[in-house]
Amino acid sequence: MPLYVEKKPEVLITEDGVRTDGRKPYEMRPVRMTVGILDKADGSAFIEWGGNKILAAVFGPREVHPKHLVLPDKALVRTRYNMAPFSTPERKRPGPDRRSVELSKVIREALKPAIFVENYPGSVIDIFIEVLRSDAGTRVAGVNAASLALANAGIAMRGLVAACAVGRVGDFVVCDPNHDEDMWGDADMPMAMLMEAEEITLLQTDGPMTEEQFREALKLGRNSIRFLYEMQKEALKRPYQVVERSVRGVV
Amino acid sequence: MFESEMLTHNLLKDYVKDLVSKGQRIDGRGFQDYRPIEVKEGTFTKAEGEAWIKLGNTQVLVGVKADVGEPFPDTPDKGVLVSNTELLPLASPTFEPGPPNENAIEVARVVDRAIRSADAVDMSSLVIVEGKLVYMLFLDMYVLDYDGNLEDALTIASLIALGRAEIPKVEIKDDGEIEVKEEKWKVNLKDLPINFTFVKIGDQLLLDPVLEEEQVSDAAITLAIDKEGRVCSIQKKHGKFTMEEILNATSIARSKWPEIAERVREAI
Repeated sequence: MPLYVEKKPEVLITEDGVRTDGRKPYEMRPVRMTVGILDKADGSAFIEWGGNKILAAVFGPREVHPKHLVLPDKALVRTRYNMAPFSTPERKRPGPDRRSVELSKVIREALKPAIFVENYPGSVIDIFIEVLRSDAGTRVAGVNAASLALANAGIAMRGLVAACAVGRVGDFVVCDPNHDEDMWGDADMPMAMLMEAEEITLLQTDGPMTEEQFREALKLGRNSIRFLYEMQKEALKRPYQVVERSVRGVV
Repeated sequence: MFESEMLTHNLLKDYVKDLVSKGQRIDGRGFQDYRPIEVKEGTFTKAEGEAWIKLGNTQVLVGVKADVGEPFPDTPDKGVLVSNTELLPLASPTFEPGPPNENAIEVARVVDRAIRSADAVDMSSLVIVEGKLVYMLFLDMYVLDYDGNLEDALTIASLIALGRAEIPKVEIKDDGEIEVKEEKWKVNLKDLPINFTFVKIGDQLLLDPVLEEEQVSDAAITLAIDKEGRVCSIQKKHGKFTMEEILNATSIARSKWPEIAERVREAI
């Protein structure tokens, strides 16, 4: 018996664009990024975004097991996106399901264009994403965290990959869909970009959008991603900030 | 493209890329041309609806089987649609027996998402008794010969198979017994969402790639267009695209929709 019954809100978005959590269409939920919170991983990051709590860790470049997977001219990149059994209202059966297998693949393909895989022939870079608490937009939150973890591991990259979802609720194109909008909204479009050259490395869409709405969504996605990208850079630099003080007058 | 499973010869890579830079493709098509779609005549399965199609040298067979059962608790007013793809070992030297791998799962979900997001199958028409009994449709997609672009081939075949499906009518009698009638009903297709797959080679977008083009491509994307010309699902696969390239791909796909949709309608 399910203990939690999902209820569709009567109004997903009001005529003047107020969403179920009180946000305006272009507003993002609060985001917090922390780098290097795990000791044993070569790189790690923790992202809290709305009600999402997601850990990412990177191991490598390291030796490939099993051996037959070795690529002679570049690094193998493996990604595992996994949801904890306690990350959802109803317990999720542990282990990969079809959704998480697909997400692992699209996340890998979002991050791989950023990595100089040719710098590490014959090795593997393992990326693990663990969703501890889910609240819509876990894949894009996972990409942000994984990208930070890669940088934290010191892996040579073309740039950071930042990600954000956009969506459509009625006639409104919205930034960072929440749980209600994810469940009952009209379209959902997770996006990730390599911001330097504005290249899209993850793009999925589920739900119809007119040409005009699609253009608006792409633009909103890019602008939101740029904002997260700036946050990522700040989060990475934070532990290494220079402390400067003048000693004149003290001695 | 199934990158991890294939090593591509550099000679092939250079050859295909060189041709593309001259505005040509290995099979002589234009960049925005679809391969011919051939729908095989005849019955090959015991499915309620089926379609064996050839897209160039890619061959797929899709069967729709029906069953009745309980709806999902969160959608008591909707039927059930289950999609699965089998990349058969006889379809390619790189396909191996075993449970669906990530490529098979992705392809199945991309086709499923196109159909679902466009609301192509009227899910509420599958309800027999709300919350108790619904029709369940199983979309089993068999890849028989893999020469690139499974997404589009499987979407076309799935729509044809669904549109052709004739399913025995089921009623609940007063005593609660389920009665299967002689009479059949047809699945109501409200839309024809067509998937269009592009690969990027150099700075060119190529529609409906053959296997060699998939193998050497720098990036790949599949997007579905509905009858109103809206983009209803997208799956970027490997590589990276600019926003202009994405918008360009959507407008090419939009202009191609009538031609492919007409082909699907004819076949149904």
